[in-house]
Amino acid sequence: MSKLEITDLHVTVDTEDGPKEILKGVTLTIADGETHAIMGPNGSGKSTLAYSIAGHPKYAITGGTVTLDGQDVLAMSVDERARAGMFLAMQYPVEVPGVSVSNFLRTAKTAIDGEAPKLRTWVKDVNAALEQLNLDPSFGTRNVNEGFSGGEKKRHEIAQLELLDPKVAILDETDSGLDIDALKVVSEGVNRFRAREGKGVLLITHYTRILRYIEPDYVHVFVDGKVAESGGKELADQLEAEGYDRYLKANA
Amino acid sequence: MTVTTESVRSALEQAAPERNKIESHLNPVGSFDVADHPVPTGREEIWRFSPLKRLKGLHAEAPFNPSTTSCTWNTPEGVRIEGVSGDEARSLRGISGLVPNTRFAARVLAEVPASLLVDVPADLEVAEPIVVSLDGEDASNTEAGHVAMRFGAHSKAIVVINHEGSSAMAAVVEIVVGDGADVTVVSIQDWADDAVHLAHHQARVGRDATYKHAAISFGGDVVRMDANVTYDGPGGSAELLGLYFADAGQHIEHRLFADHNAPHTKSNVVYKGALQGEGAHTVWIGNVLIRKVAEGIETYEENRNLVLTDGCRADSVPNLEIETGEIEGAGHASATARFDDEQLFYLQSRGISEKEAQRLVVHGFFNDLIRQVGVPSIEERLLSTVEAELAKNVLKDLAAFGQDD
Repeated sequence: MSKLEITDLHVTVDTEDGPKEILKGVTLTIADGETHAIMGPNGSGKSTLAYSIAGHPKYAITGGTVTLDGQDVLAMSVDERARAGMFLAMQYPVEVPGVSVSNFLRTAKTAIDGEAPKLRTWVKDVNAALEQLNLDPSFGTRNVNEGFSGGEKKRHEIAQLELLDPKVAILDETDSGLDIDALKVVSEGVNRFRAREGKGVLLITHYTRILRYIEPDYVHVFVDGKVAESGGKELADQLEAEGYDRYLKANA
Repeated sequence: MTVTTESVRSALEQAAPERNKIESHLNPVGSFDVADHPVPTGREEIWRFSPLKRLKGLHAEAPFNPSTTSCTWNTPEGVRIEGVSGDEARSLRGISGLVPNTRFAARVLAEVPASLLVDVPADLEVAEPIVVSLDGEDASNTEAGHVAMRFGAHSKAIVVINHEGSSAMAAVVEIVVGDGADVTVVSIQDWADDAVHLAHHQARVGRDATYKHAAISFGGDVVRMDANVTYDGPGGSAELLGLYFADAGQHIEHRLFADHNAPHTKSNVVYKGALQGEGAHTVWIGNVLIRKVAEGIETYEENRNLVLTDGCRADSVPNLEIETGEIEGAGHASATARFDDEQLFYLQSRGISEKEAQRLVVHGFFNDLIRQVGVPSIEERLLSTVEAELAKNVLKDLAAFGQDD
């Protein structure tokens, strides 16, 4: 079971001119097994939503609630959120010099499960996950995100998604900067995750392109810090044809 | 003999043009005569970072007493290692081209009656590291030592000098790397908390030779090490590595000088340090001089400091002076920072606790450097010493959590 409920979420960031409100009351429920796409123009607050839910210290929650299966996510530390079953695939994964991918993956898996994974099956699982994402087995010896190409970073994020097996995955513009082959590989990884029992996905994207490979149950248009319109996947087709102009004009 | 000193201008001098006419006070002109070296006051550029009051007079007039530090070593086949005295010891003073630019180094050369000689003959490849272990017993005993290492042409060897226990020691280590030789010298300062160590390591790197020096400082009240390199012909390459971890109240100072006095020589400097606890102080001074004659050389120096707690201070000063534009490359980087919030967030967002994330980052910070030192038999020890240092502070809670007895 997994149900992520976001209710009237308000978030500010500190700027030179004082706090600025980025999220202005976001309400969204991702029920068991559902995939929701959030689409919106640049600067609408899509990434802020992702990072706020994950607990990035830069963002201050000023109102609203986020719960995962009824548990108060906002009361948890960043690592507690991950252990509760949240996962954020980042748009700009961070380099961690001197820490190998295999050490990182094993440490994360141990933290999530509360015990070290069984060595033999774990090595097999890691190699399988890397291979499915077209990552060479020697990838494990490289330092986390250091010197990775844009595509390698995103594929590494999805490898983590499959290995750490969260309840709900938030994918923050995982499609941006990918060529069509890499986009297919990454989408297949997300679809393998979705095929598992009861997994929720919040797919944040600027483009409709990825929705050809990952079919959402719901599409939300995000404008100026809140959901402006919600619908089924036909809403994505409409956005593809018309762009975001309609929402931006209405907003202006 | 070249005096390795005339003209490295400090960044400070560059900032104050009216002082440009002064002969370099970063590397004052050397002399073997102790009388030419007045007792430092702390105002000198080369002493201004050092806590003179804690040096037990080693920089000044402290007597060099009979040593209470035990000194043991292994002797791989074909290598000569022994204490020598009299004329032989005297003949070894200055073999690296060292002309002392500090009072303590001049005093060591003039006053210490014996030398430890490490003699590796030409063409000998020594597989097993030569380990010289110094184990001090008395931090109130001011003492001094001279070590001379001679590596013949095309020889290959690793020497590890390991400092433990308590002492107040002034030391000069001279290293002669023969043409085409491949030499690694590692100096580990893992002293007890009350030790004081003032050291000067001087190497002369032969034609086409490869020299690696690694200074690793964990323990001691005050550790100051000058690690200098000159070249004895074109094509020589020097890698100067450093790893240090300063705790509350500790002063760890590393100064180095790569003097490119020959063409087509290389120097690569990487020093990394971590600081934790009130009053932890580290100093890194990286001097590189590219002389007119040194065309086609390549140099890069880098110092990174990771500040783990409040109350620490890391000084980092790279100085690069270039007298010829005909070079392959020259660069430097210096950075002192706290934990990177984005790195910690990334790791924590994968379920890893804050402490464990910090531990990963610190290990990662040092890992590549430890690998670069390239001595497998001490790699494990360095990793576990880093772990032990972390346990004192950053990981206090984790360590307690791990000890379920």
